[in-house]
Amino acid sequence: MMPARASFFSAAYAIFRKDGLAEFRSRELIGSMGLFALLAVLIFSFALELNRQARIESVSGVLWVTIVFASILGLNRSMAMERDQGNLDALLLAPISRSAVFAGKLAGNFVFTGVVGLLVALVVTVLFNIPLASGWMLLLLVMGVLGFTTIGTMLAAMTVQTRARETLLPIVMLPIAVPLLLASVRATSYVLNNAAQEIWLPWLAILAVLDIIFLVLGVVLFEFVVEE
Amino acid sequence: MALIEIEKLTKAFGFMPALRGVTLSVERGESVALLGANGSGKSTLLRILSGLSKPTNGLIRVGGWELPREASAVRAQIGMVGHKPLVYENLSARENLRFFGRLYGLDARATEQRAEALLEQVGLSKRANDLVRTYSRGMFQRLSIARALLHQPDILLFDEPHTGLDQNASALLDSLLLDARAEGRTILFATHELERAARVSTRLVILQRGSVAHDGPSAGLDGAAVGALFAQKA
Repeated sequence: MMPARASFFSAAYAIFRKDGLAEFRSRELIGSMGLFALLAVLIFSFALELNRQARIESVSGVLWVTIVFASILGLNRSMAMERDQGNLDALLLAPISRSAVFAGKLAGNFVFTGVVGLLVALVVTVLFNIPLASGWMLLLLVMGVLGFTTIGTMLAAMTVQTRARETLLPIVMLPIAVPLLLASVRATSYVLNNAAQEIWLPWLAILAVLDIIFLVLGVVLFEFVVEE
Repeated sequence: MALIEIEKLTKAFGFMPALRGVTLSVERGESVALLGANGSGKSTLLRILSGLSKPTNGLIRVGGWELPREASAVRAQIGMVGHKPLVYENLSARENLRFFGRLYGLDARATEQRAEALLEQVGLSKRANDLVRTYSRGMFQRLSIARALLHQPDILLFDEPHTGLDQNASALLDSLLLDARAEGRTILFATHELERAARVSTRLVILQRGSVAHDGPSAGLDGAAVGALFAQKA
């Protein structure tokens, strides 16, 4: 007889909920990512003394570079927390699919990085005096963060098993994330410049396609990434 | 049919062989102590049996399911206690057990009942709502055992479970092992404590550089006899 097993969604939700509860208690991930992001945007705002047009041109780069580096910090820590007490093994010992582990971890990383992304957008709005609040910007933020956290969750699971995990994740992740970063920056820049939709919608479409590709790769490859 | 069947199991990490043609058959209800020097392959064998690591070659059947092809079904029958506690520090003991109950497909009510009983059994009832990060090493290990027993697995794999425990915690762990044996569970535990191996197990398997050097009953052997056997075979 086949023993009882949790469904994909039930297992993924349990992992997401567990990460949320642990983060609510420690605020370790959002705290470190948020503080880093805040300092980075502050430094950018002091270093780049620009006129309004130049600020509009550069703000999308500031926004996304800050989000990417903050997410690397959080993704590293998120997986390291699983590994420190051997908890990645505990997850892998459970009779659930490896894809459910990936989905659960991704959901947590997406929410934590998304919260930090919203914080960065708010700080950028204030310091650069450029309003970022719009429906399209929110969609861009969601799609960009989803892409980065998808790549990062998969790669962090791989690099966390190495000694040089803190340095290895950005080295491995950034080259793969370049197309995503480019699409996010371009689309954001066009939206902020009030460009016609037909100019930036293709960038949004590229972002969507990249998200789907990375999601599929993550679900399929995670099993091999965590395999001993 | 034996509950665990291992035939000509090999495992290599790169060019480094960890297991060299291990053949072993474990019947339901047996308590097998795995002995051997560091690097003899005890942990590797347990990790392969738990589905955490894939064999390089060989045949493994656990409860009729084949590894690694049917690893998920095998994992559902196994409870493992490893070197590390495998529990979350920022959750309470009760929250940890609830979480693992969900992963093992237990319904909420069954998880609650089982968690309460296990917390009582391992002596953590009074600290069940405290965050695990405030626990001592012994309490970590007791919670780890409760986690391993939560889904009432047929097979328990313990990898040096007594490491770092004080006398009281070790004695509690021994009694839990004996209880599990009395309940008819099959136990494989790796240990360096020879006297304990003689006392808690029904069978001794000594590994030497990835091969089975001795396989026999532990009945009638005391710590000194196991020590002599170990010195000769390991």
